[in-house]
Amino acid sequence: MKNICAVFLKQVSDTLKNKTILIQFLMFPVLVIVMENAVKIDDMPEHFFAKLFAVMFVGMAPLTCMSAIISEEKEKNTLRVLMMSNVKPAEYLFGIGAYVFVMCAFGTVVFAAVGGYTGADLALFIAVMSAGIILSELTGAVIGVFSRNQMTATSITVPVMMIFSFLPMLSMFNDTVKAAARVTYSQQLSELINGIGTTAISAESVIIISINFVLAVVLFTVAYRRKGLE
Amino acid sequence: MSCTIKTERITKAFGARNVLDGIDLDIRSGEIFGLLGPSGAGKTTLIKILTGQLSQDGGTAYINGTDTRKLSGAEHRKFGITMDNFGLYERLSCAENLKIFARIYGLPNNSISDALAKVGLSDAAKTPAGKLSKGMTGRLKLARAFMTDPDILFLDEPTNGLDPVSADEIHKIILSEKARGKTVFLTTHTMTEAEKLCDNIALLSDGKIVEYGTPAEICRRYDHQRMLKIHLYDGQDMMLPHNRDAAAALAALIEDGKAETIHTTEPDLETVFMELTGKELSA
Ligand SMILES: Nc1ncnc2c1ncn2[C@@H]1O[C@H](COP(=O)(O)OP(=O)(O)OP(=O)(O)O)[C@@H](O)[C@H]1O
Ligand SMILES: [Mg+2]
Repeated sequence: MKNICAVFLKQVSDTLKNKTILIQFLMFPVLVIVMENAVKIDDMPEHFFAKLFAVMFVGMAPLTCMSAIISEEKEKNTLRVLMMSNVKPAEYLFGIGAYVFVMCAFGTVVFAAVGGYTGADLALFIAVMSAGIILSELTGAVIGVFSRNQMTATSITVPVMMIFSFLPMLSMFNDTVKAAARVTYSQQLSELINGIGTTAISAESVIIISINFVLAVVLFTVAYRRKGLE
Repeated sequence: MSCTIKTERITKAFGARNVLDGIDLDIRSGEIFGLLGPSGAGKTTLIKILTGQLSQDGGTAYINGTDTRKLSGAEHRKFGITMDNFGLYERLSCAENLKIFARIYGLPNNSISDALAKVGLSDAAKTPAGKLSKGMTGRLKLARAFMTDPDILFLDEPTNGLDPVSADEIHKIILSEKARGKTVFLTTHTMTEAEKLCDNIALLSDGKIVEYGTPAEICRRYDHQRMLKIHLYDGQDMMLPHNRDAAAALAALIEDGKAETIHTTEPDLETVFMELTGKELSA
């Protein structure tokens, strides 16, 4: 616990200094406030931007941050020092995972407020967002563990992040994309969020998200077994 | 006196290359031990084995009587380690860098300012680690290694790439740790550093220890390298062997009034190393 805290607080003290990560946490929450207030088109669904950006945020921020933090620590040889100080890999991952989760929780609050959720809808929105953040963090951790340095991590992160965060938006315009995107957790998150207050939670969404989760855990285990945290 | 670090026939190969080939060392508590060798000799590899970052192919290493392969994480805390491949958080300040480890080790807050003061970085407490000079970076790494007040310090080339003034600052810090009773295992490829700091040194070449002893002892063993250096009035220097054979030549130089000064040159570790291995240390 002491080690998890140390890793968590280390990351906290880096927050304002690490522009790449800070922008991930701020971009969509700021964008949603601006867009919801600035753009008003008659036929647009209610809180269109809140729902759209919430999904993009979940697909992008946790994933990018996790892979960036882990790969930077590997490249700069700071992770090695933590391990030599008897910090266990699981403690490290929980420490930065908790940090990214908390930072994304702030974003979630913004989306919830802008989206005007209350009561049961709010609870469901938070639950869906939390599941998404955790899944994205796992995916980012897989990339971070797998990459030797920041360059490799970025080159894998960008396409993966594009798939998860942009497919839900593209599938609004194209049915083929929508059919393909169905298997991704972010598309299912998007459908869940858009259904809040109107449609019941579909079993399909829950199953697909669960499968995504299991896959991410398996991938993480494989990456970790093969590469460790060195 | 008790042996703090002991190795018995340590071997390690990377692929077909025997990097360490039967290393035997006995390092007493409270001494500064220097492992010398040219680049690629296997110095870092031995430190990694001793500190549990790498396992040997054969042989055993003991620290305070415990097989290093059986050291627990808590026992690792008793070492202070600095290596080239140990990084700092560049965006974080010196104090923030140390704070992380104070938390991990459960140390009070004043341990941070104490550690910084010890290495003369109090004024740089708020400076980001990435903005420090090379010498300051080296000192911050030492401060981090000293935080738990370890009894044994492993310092892998602590002055590598530093200017003489910065190196001297680090030498002073190392000597003051020795004065506090710490055991220091350091590697270097500069002879002057070894002669200045170390109680005992070992010369490592092609995976073997080729000489082992105090710097003075080793130099004495190579006394036949002692030379006479004659500075002539015409500005030239002449070297003659320090024995009978030189007598006639020397007498002639003096008789002709050519010799301005005559000195004996003691063999230094650098020349000893050259003779032993045919290699230059700092090449
Ligand atoms: N993980 C590794 N895999 C393969 N070869 C390695 C590995 N680590 C070290 N070596 C090789 O082992 C040899 C000894 O390396 P080591 O780093 O111990 O030397 P060194 O004495 O510390 O040199 P330097 O003075 O340059 O730091 C080198 O030839 C190096 O290439
Ligand atoms: Mg080395």
